[in-house]
This record gives sequence, C-alpha cells and structure tokens, in this order.
Amino acid sequence: MTTTILDPTGERAVAHRTMVERPATLSGLTVGLLDISKARGDVFLDRLEQRLTEVGAKVKRFKKPTFTKPAPVDLRHEIASQCQVVIEALAD
Amino acid sequence: MSAEPNTPSPTVAPVLPDGLVVVVKQDCATCRMVVPVLEQLSTSGQPVTIYVQDDASFLGSLPSRADGDLAVSWHHEIETVPTLIRVVDGKETNRTVGWLRPEWEQVSGVAALAPELPAMRPGCGSKSVDPDLADELRVRFTGSKLRARRIELATLEDEIETLYERGWTDGLPVVPPTEARVLRMLEGTSHAPDEVVAIVPPDLVEITVEKVAINAVMAGCKPEYLPWVLTAVQAACTDEFNIHGVLATTMPVGPVIICNGPGTQAIGMNSGVNVLGQGNRANLTIGRALQLVIRNVGGGRPGGVDRAAHGNPGKISFCFPEDEAGSPWTSLASERGVAPGRDAITLFAGEGPKVIVDQLSRTPESLANSLAAALRGMTHPKLVIAFDVILILGPEHARVFAEAGWDRARILAELHERTQMPGSDLIRGAAGIAEGVPESLRDQTLPKFRQGGILLVHAGGGAGLFSTMIGGWLNGAAGSHPVTREVSWR
Repeated sequence: MTTTILDPTGERAVAHRTMVERPATLSGLTVGLLDISKARGDVFLDRLEQRLTEVGAKVKRFKKPTFTKPAPVDLRHEIASQCQVVIEALAD
Repeated sequence: MSAEPNTPSPTVAPVLPDGLVVVVKQDCATCRMVVPVLEQLSTSGQPVTIYVQDDASFLGSLPSRADGDLAVSWHHEIETVPTLIRVVDGKETNRTVGWLRPEWEQVSGVAALAPELPAMRPGCGSKSVDPDLADELRVRFTGSKLRARRIELATLEDEIETLYERGWTDGLPVVPPTEARVLRMLEGTSHAPDEVVAIVPPDLVEITVEKVAINAVMAGCKPEYLPWVLTAVQAACTDEFNIHGVLATTMPVGPVIICNGPGTQAIGMNSGVNVLGQGNRANLTIGRALQLVIRNVGGGRPGGVDRAAHGNPGKISFCFPEDEAGSPWTSLASERGVAPGRDAITLFAGEGPKVIVDQLSRTPESLANSLAAALRGMTHPKLVIAFDVILILGPEHARVFAEAGWDRARILAELHERTQMPGSDLIRGAAGIAEGVPESLRDQTLPKFRQGGILLVHAGGGAGLFSTMIGGWLNGAAGSHPVTREVSWR
C-alpha cells in the first residue's frame, strides 16, 4: 500500500530565471557594492571600489543597517534599479 | 469507491430532512429496544427519517436510510445512539440522546411513548466516534481542508529514509506527516489550517497553522502541544527576537524556549530531575518542532544561512518549563508581564547550558558571590553588556536564598551589583589578552549585564547544590531581545 505524506516545506514556487550574459567589460557599467555593516568590511570594499574604478566602472556603495538582519526591501529595490552589475559575497 | 456525478463532497454536511430524525445502529441494545417507539413515531403524522449506521434488518418494515459511510453521523456530531433530532427548515432545533421517555416525548411532541419500556436507558457510542475509525473518518470528511502538496511514496519506499533523502530532518528520524496524523494534530487548536501564523526567515515564507502542524507531527508532538508550538513560531519570527540573525550567526546559539503556567503540567512537561536533558516528550518535541519549522519552511539549514562555527546540541531542541510549584518566588513570565496562572513562553537566543557548582555556600551572600564569579566569565571574562543570560537556580541553591528572605528582585539586584567590573580590567590588552572593550572605557565601572539581562528561572532536581547558566547572543536592536508571549493559539 502506498503512503501519502504532506509536504512540510514552504512550497515556494521558484520561477526559473536564466542568468544574464557576463559583460565583456565593466567599463561604463554601474557596479553596486553592499556593505553588510560588519567591522572592517568597509576596508575591503574601499579596495574593491578602487580596483573597479581603475577598470572604468562606476561604483555605487550601499549599506545594510545591521549585518544580522536581511537587507530592507527598499534597499534591495534601490540597488536593482541603480546598478547593472552586482557583486554579492558573504564572508566573516 | 468512485464518486458519481452530483455526489456531494464528503466535507459538506448532508442536510437533514425536516421533521424527526433518528440515528441508530443494530449493534446497540437501546436502539433495538426503542423499535416500538420508532413505529409509534412513524404513525404520528409527522415525517420521520431513520438513519442506520450498520445493519437495518432489526427495524423490520420501518423505512430507513443507510449512513454506512457515517457522513450524517460525523457532520451532525452524533456521539451516542439512539439520537433523536427535531429539524425545522433544515435546521436542528432540539435533540436528545439515549432513551429517556420524557425527553423523547418533548422532542417528538408525541405523548405516552411505549409505556411498556423502562423510563430510561443510556445509549451506546456512535460508530462515528469509534476510536478505531476516528483517524480514517477525519481524513474522509475533513481531509480536503488541507492545502499542502501531497507526496505519494512508493510501496517499496522506506518512508523514514525518504524523509531523510529529501532533507526534511534535523539528523534524527522524523514521524511521517500523513493526512491522518496532521488532522489529529490540528485537533489541538481551534484555528483554521489556512490561518497565517508568521513570516518565517530566512526565506521569508508565510507559514500557516497547517504547515506548523505538519512539522509538529514530524517532531513527535501531541496535539495538546500545538498551541505552544504555534506561539513559539510566532514569537521567533518577530523583529525583536530576530530568528534570522540567531540562525545566521557564527555563534553557537539557537532558540531556547522557557515555558510557564499551569499548562506546562497539563501537557506533562518536566521541570524537575534532568530538566534540560533527555526523556520528556513535551520538552523535547516542542523545541524540535520550532527548529523543524525554521529548517523546512524558512529554509534555514546548517551550511546555508546557518553559519554557526560550532553550534550546540540544543539547536535540535531546547525547551523546558520553570518549576513554579516548587519555587519560592514569582515566575519568570510574571516578572515579564504575564498575569499569574496564564500559560506563556519566553524565547531566548541561547547557547548550551553550563553548570555552576557550589556545594559549600550556606549564606545568600556567599552563594551570590559564587554565582557572580561564574557569570562574569560568561562568553568571555572581558566582554560585557552585550550578552544576556538565563540563570537556572536549582532547588537547593534557591533554598539558600529563600531561607534568608531574598526574593527574585533582591537576588537580581545582588547579582547585578556583584558583576560590576572596572574598565581597566576589561580593556583590550589588559591581563595580556587582546580581546576586550575599547580603551576609552578604562576609567568606567562596567556591568557584566544590562538591566533585565539576567533571566532568573527556578528548575531542576531536588538534590544537587548546582545552578546552570545559558549564555545569550548579541542583545539589543542589532541582535535579539528575549520575547515573552502568552500561549494564545488554543
């Protein structure tokens, strides 16, 4: 006899999204850097900004209010609407 | 069984015909005894409908309708047979159960019913409340109210192994959440299965009562635990408690649930011997259900958003009640604003428990000094204010304070006083340790704990001069506040 069980997960309908083409160059593109508000993250991001600017990218900086909570939805929207490229990373 | 066109849905209550309705079964002596009464009623000039749960032959030539699938009995909550119901315009207006002549005469409006019968005889249990059938009937008549995706397992599939393979366990086996078990679990609350309880981080998914019930089944909960689990899920998913941060942190913390109120005893929780250990179903499964919700619905898993460097075994489950009956003091929940006698939970972002041994102190001052010395070392001896603590006083330690007349407020005040430390001992580099507070705090006296940062609880076995501390995570707006909520999801 078969058993039927109920799905215990959030059953999120994940829309399949294809990744955009990797840009050939960053020159002229706006790159967003998100500071998650961890100590000394800014030092790392300052250096990244310097390197990106050297290859002709425009850099916009953003900052989460606290590293312990997800970025507010408004901030996520701001990043999406102002940047063509996002560098997303998690480190500790 | 194939559904025919126009067959009403099993979850819709059949409408009872107007007039008198009687529900009987052959396997009941009282039902067989009242056959002459039913004959008398059927000639009384009013419509009489007899529903039979089993074999109708005992009714002789009386017309009857079969309720073999028990749809009428289930939906009209027949608990005893015979049941006599008066129906007017499709609505029940009166009923009596068993055989009691004056009541039957009153409901039917017919006088002098079967004078040869005894005046009263109790009825029998309705087949619709037969414990052997209850699960099956609940699925048949209410199953479609469940919205979760059904997953059919193959005959040769081991259900326990399948739940592992799908990633739905915390490493221990879980109870397969069948429809029958989930419906039984939902009997623990009056709330509708589709009611939204909270938005669960990290995936920020709306969770319904039904999804909580599914995970509570998997954790091994009984239905009477469900309101506690629902309350814990709601408390965890507040901005104050910040379960997202508690999950994501590299520190070894998880949600610790402290239960208060008479309900803790009613559901059989253990606040005594081995209170934080193994062996009690309610303690262990309520905490586990919360963590399974975070894992399965919220999507929070070790190595994913859960980045704990070490974690702790309490992240499988960490839930215990305060021993209020044996406590010399008011409860933790009362201190945090819950009226006495009410059930409540307090959620705390805590690490593993650590014992504080003191077998020699017989004065409150000595014991307070002892506890304070241990508390000062919590998290790191040179880190202060940022971390709260649960301090569980064992009954033998509590007695030392109680006999000296120290109440909860006094103990807390004395502990706060004894955990003040000079900034010069705590600054970075002091005692040859780089870790510590900024140099600018050198000349200040710093408290180990913020005001309200010690959560005092009375629990544990009656023998043993020990207390236990459970260190917290980063407190305040950037971290986690302890959250106290009354158990409200009855």
